[in-house]
Amino acid sequence: MALSTRTTPFTRVLRKPLKMVAAIPAIYFILAALLIWISFENPNFPQPEVFLAFLRRATPLLILAAGQLFVIVTGGFDLSVGSLITLTVLGGALLTDGNADRTPLAIVTLYLIGLGVGIFNGLVVSYLRVSSFITTLGMLIALKGAALLWSGGAPAGYLPDNFRIFGRQNLEGVPYLGKVPYAVIILVVYSLVATYLLHGTNFGKKALAVGDNPRAAALSGIAIPRIRIAVFVLSSISAVTAGILLGGFAGVSMNVGDGYELEAIAAVVLGGAMLMGGKGSMPTAIAGALSLRALFTLLNLLGLPSPYRAAVQGLIIIGAAAYAAFRSQSES
Amino acid sequence: MKLSVPLRRRIPSIYIVLLLFYLAGWVLVSLFGRGTWLSGTNLSNMAVRSVALGIVAIGQTFTILVGSLDLSVAYLISVVAVMASYLMQGDPDKVPQAILIVFGIGVGVGLANGLIITKLRLNAFIATVGTGLLMQGVLNASFENFAGAVPASFQDFAYGKLGPFPAPVLLLLLIAALAAFVLERTRFGAHLYAVGGNRSTARLSGVRTDRVIIAAHVIASLMATISGLFIVSRLRAGAPWVGPDGAYDIESVAAVVVGGTALSGGRGGVGGTLAGVFIFSVLDTMFNQLGIDPYLKQVFRGLIIIAAVASYSVRSRETAA
Repeated sequence: MALSTRTTPFTRVLRKPLKMVAAIPAIYFILAALLIWISFENPNFPQPEVFLAFLRRATPLLILAAGQLFVIVTGGFDLSVGSLITLTVLGGALLTDGNADRTPLAIVTLYLIGLGVGIFNGLVVSYLRVSSFITTLGMLIALKGAALLWSGGAPAGYLPDNFRIFGRQNLEGVPYLGKVPYAVIILVVYSLVATYLLHGTNFGKKALAVGDNPRAAALSGIAIPRIRIAVFVLSSISAVTAGILLGGFAGVSMNVGDGYELEAIAAVVLGGAMLMGGKGSMPTAIAGALSLRALFTLLNLLGLPSPYRAAVQGLIIIGAAAYAAFRSQSES
Repeated sequence: MKLSVPLRRRIPSIYIVLLLFYLAGWVLVSLFGRGTWLSGTNLSNMAVRSVALGIVAIGQTFTILVGSLDLSVAYLISVVAVMASYLMQGDPDKVPQAILIVFGIGVGVGLANGLIITKLRLNAFIATVGTGLLMQGVLNASFENFAGAVPASFQDFAYGKLGPFPAPVLLLLLIAALAAFVLERTRFGAHLYAVGGNRSTARLSGVRTDRVIIAAHVIASLMATISGLFIVSRLRAGAPWVGPDGAYDIESVAAVVVGGTALSGGRGGVGGTLAGVFIFSVLDTMFNQLGIDPYLKQVFRGLIIIAAVASYSVRSRETAA
């Protein structure tokens, strides 16, 4: 507004680039500022090796946020992903029990479980008309119970090296970068595919339409149940993928997935998605997740005691959502 | 309009489900379990087991009825439990002062939640997850373990009896009755249903919607405060993990919706919530006495939540997201 009221030649020349800058989502500036600040605190950070290691640690959350965004743009939630991660890690250890030969079958089995959970969530929301909040809350409780039941209440078995390769090994001899973690390669492929799915396909447009106005979407001939089932499946598949990666570098533990559902939702909100659906962008959601991780890295470097992390995360979530609410209010 | 509802409809069918669960427990425990099911002690154990969750869930009913949600209650419970035992330090003289302070904290948290949701227009889910994390962070940074202790006299709150009845159970029933009265017989209660049913219609008919939402959040926080005091009186000292370990945030929401209150707001009541809480403790007791793996209980609990809500939603014509 301030730009258009004064029209000196100077501002006229600047107006267009300034408008373009203003159109860039705020999360990119936040992310850039965080990364620059981290580089000041830790001068090694911009080195490929260090930065890629940071990306690798962030990958599970980024993948989870990408999956969560599909559900959120349709106006739903997926709270079951944290427990599904735990189930994946504990289940992976039990299915393989350290035997490398069993890894392929175990991974297929885990993805089938994910597929089943996603389909179940989608069917319950679509046909039993239970809100996704309740459906996935029930699944959060049930899946955590199932994971603990399966493992007998304590981590059992262990993951063979070829299962952990995705989370901890690197692709060697890459030009310029040296070694690149497999997790980062998975992340890049995942991000590209997810961005294309949401923004480049009919399916993505339909998902956004369902979240924007389900009735209008139904009247325009969109098969809503099919879309809902598909987004829950995408979210569950993302959770299994995140679980396989976490099992790789974090190992087997009972609460490996706890709290991931809230972090993923927070990341998506940071990335500017609307919780009631209809609006969301994959690149900014991924940038939101990366910002959340960058923030924690920075707080670590600044020596903030780890218990305060939760408090800072809380403030950031409220701040980001308040900013988004303020913006959408001033737009309308 | 709420006054003329016939009695038959004021006793939700959820109580029949509760009775069925109770009878199923009787049959199964007599056939395969240990201990007696139909004894007074067993019944009163089940009731005492419901108190902490029951009080929080009654508060949660208010936020959900008004179309909001409070996921910060688990951490508020921790804050109250820790602060109460820290402030009391086993000294009976410090009890009134400590209680006053924790209620002050409760009101403050409720006001903060309500104001963030109404004035900053935040989604209740995000807002209360945020304030919950904030409390968790501050609490974990300040206390690592059990802090202080409550005096023995304060433990009467949890272990005392009035005649044959455990005092905390009577407190739960008293709070439930009070809450039901507020919801069904007062202007505020009617406003709560109106705002939860359709916020813009309520505003256009002259209801100060923001105030109603804020009040609902203050009530939810006050209930969490009472529950925190009950828990610390049972444990003798508070630790930062008592709230999240009991999962009072999701369990209270689960009890409310199992009891038939719609998550979208405007429909339901305290009676259903109480039944939801009792169903959970009957289930807990039944699984314990049958010696079944506690994790299987968790699987059942998750599926029961979905099934219960499905049984309400398939009958309505609304679609969900």
